[in-house]
Amino acid sequence: MSLGSRVEAGTARPTSKIASRRQRWGYVYVAPFAAVFAVFLVLPLGYALWMSLHNKGIATAGRSVFVGADNYVKAFTDPVFLEGLWRVLRFVLVMVPVQIVVALVAALLLDTLATRLSRATRLLIFVPYAIPAVIGALMWGFLYSPRFGPAQDVFGLLGLTAPNFLSSANIFGSLVNIVTWQWVGYYMIIIYAALRSIDPSVYEAAVLDGADGRQIALRIKVPMISSSMVMIVVFALIGTLQFFTEPQVLRSSAQGAIPSDYTPNMYAFATAFNYSQFNYASTLAFALGFLVFVGSYVFLFLTRKQSGLK
Amino acid sequence: MRTSARRRGVAAAAAVAVSAVGLTACSGGGGSAAEATCTNEIKQPDAAQVTVWAWYPAFESVVDNFNEMHTDLQVCWTNAGQGADEYNKFQTAIEAGTGAPDVIMLEAEVLPTFTILESLVDLSEYGAAELEGDYTAGSWSDVSNGDAVYAIPVDGGPMGMLYRTDIFEEYGVEVPTTWDEFATAAQDLRDAGFEGHITDFPTNGNALNYALFAQNGWEPFQYDAAKPTEVGITVDSPEAEEVLSYWKGLIDDDLVATEDAFTTDYNAALVDGTYAVYLAAAWGPGYLQGLSEADADAEWRAAPLPQWDPENPVQVNWGGSTFAVTTQSEQPEAAATVAKELFDTDEAWKLGVEEAALWPQWKPMLESDWFTGLEAPFFGGQKINEEVFLDAANGYEGFSFSPFQVYAYDQQTQALYDMVQNGTDAATALGTVQDGLVQYATEQGFTVSE
Repeated sequence: MSLGSRVEAGTARPTSKIASRRQRWGYVYVAPFAAVFAVFLVLPLGYALWMSLHNKGIATAGRSVFVGADNYVKAFTDPVFLEGLWRVLRFVLVMVPVQIVVALVAALLLDTLATRLSRATRLLIFVPYAIPAVIGALMWGFLYSPRFGPAQDVFGLLGLTAPNFLSSANIFGSLVNIVTWQWVGYYMIIIYAALRSIDPSVYEAAVLDGADGRQIALRIKVPMISSSMVMIVVFALIGTLQFFTEPQVLRSSAQGAIPSDYTPNMYAFATAFNYSQFNYASTLAFALGFLVFVGSYVFLFLTRKQSGLK
Repeated sequence: MRTSARRRGVAAAAAVAVSAVGLTACSGGGGSAAEATCTNEIKQPDAAQVTVWAWYPAFESVVDNFNEMHTDLQVCWTNAGQGADEYNKFQTAIEAGTGAPDVIMLEAEVLPTFTILESLVDLSEYGAAELEGDYTAGSWSDVSNGDAVYAIPVDGGPMGMLYRTDIFEEYGVEVPTTWDEFATAAQDLRDAGFEGHITDFPTNGNALNYALFAQNGWEPFQYDAAKPTEVGITVDSPEAEEVLSYWKGLIDDDLVATEDAFTTDYNAALVDGTYAVYLAAAWGPGYLQGLSEADADAEWRAAPLPQWDPENPVQVNWGGSTFAVTTQSEQPEAAATVAKELFDTDEAWKLGVEEAALWPQWKPMLESDWFTGLEAPFFGGQKINEEVFLDAANGYEGFSFSPFQVYAYDQQTQALYDMVQNGTDAATALGTVQDGLVQYATEQGFTVSE
């Protein structure tokens, strides 16, 4: 509130000569970013939007026809696209809570402990995030491999047969595992940083009031970092709706279980670069972008109290 | 086609490296773009340069050979990725209207995919038609359409059967020559105690599965580049159903494995004694020898592909590549010369055969005593070219692919996977592909006949 009133006071002041000169310099400083932003983001987006409103069949090569919203109607009635959407929604329902809970528990534990071991653990949990997603997925591809992976050895010790992690029945869980492994460390660091910024005197007061460790964690720490929690849920939500890298890389060792249209993003990619339908691919990308926007907006609206946006 | 996960990763890394080099070159402001992107060394800096995309192994020596023999023309070669990776870049260049090379390596199966986008030059304007006699009939049929010639054949994949003679001898089973005998041998090996499978039927076999169907007379597509808006689709023909039901039967009896092809697991299974037979194209022997973790006691031999009707043997082809000239080329005549002459000397082909294990479609090499008489040490000194693959190459009559081949393959992979996993029958799987392709082709503006 205080920040808002200060800004208002600033704009209410009559603009002096010095201030207006400062504003001119401001534009100059912003110009490099604005140019890059326009050339590499706004223009391509505009071009993709233009493409999504036109159509060009393979048999009518070279003739681009304006079709208005036809491609969008097709996309939202395309069973392949809808099935992909439903699939990433299932990923959202499973993957996002799993990641957040694991990251939160790890951060709360590390926040309570202050031994040398906890510092090493913090680093170890974070390391997977430092590995590029493609390399991580390739590595997991080998770990899941029935022939080269360790699963058969481990299960063999117990006299069991290892499941095939790359079969169509198990691929969902296998992907959830890869993404959780990759991202938990990143979310954990964000939560941990938020926890460190809480004034320790709050805990002292709670202890004096008779709160135990679990109550401090759930009743004090979690509510006080709710804005960070909302932020990472939004990150996870957007990332999962745009799910692409891990299934695309794993596809090279499980083409039957992961079809080329497994997620909406993969479908858009295949449609453009494998099937040379750039117009429809632009539509799919825009449709997905729109849904991601709506999804994020709804989530931020529902959590506006926790996130401090209101 | 022969892409493993690791190779893709390397290709992606290489692509990033190449683009990074490109950016550096731009910001440096020195030298022309062409010089900056050649993988090979240009021998005659003043001569015209033709850019070529190709992923052949050991291709640099072939390029050097060409550049040394030509004073007025130089090849600037780039490896833009293998198979689908290269095609993706080419598709993007076509859509962008710029960025394609002068000459591009394409598998014969994707030629209609690119001719329909009007992205390949008809080489008959540059004297390509006169070369017909230099190439095998099947390979020429695959690159030409009426009088038009859209590419120059390079290597091919006439099919044969590579088998572990030690396994067949150990279990006392005869090497099959027909598909009936093959099914019997599969059962006999199992009954005699062989723990592996006679072979693998990969649901993502794409061109392999096409070849196996085609051997029974399957002609799924009727497409004429002169009438680009018309396509005939008859994927679910009785011929295909017969072949697929045959394999489905072997799969149901657990006599044949269904592992995905071109994965590291599959590569290991090929050579560690899991499979007694590798149904292979002529590039297969080279592929096998490049695989690690091989069974040290393995004794490989080659035999002709089993037949449906031994009285009327049918030869089929799996894979093989060509050189095409792109319509983005500003020097199509020079590009056509490069496409025609990169592989039209004994020297170039000796490099191709010895270093890259390519199967020549160029008859002067194919029919040379040197080539037919080659003894393959990997096959115990067997003259596999003469005994197996030469007949297959000469007997191959060509095959008509669709102008949306990648889509067709993806649909087939999905349907075959469902068939294996969910127990649907062969007719249902083929029907699903048929319906999917007809709908897709109609949406794309084709007049479809079934």
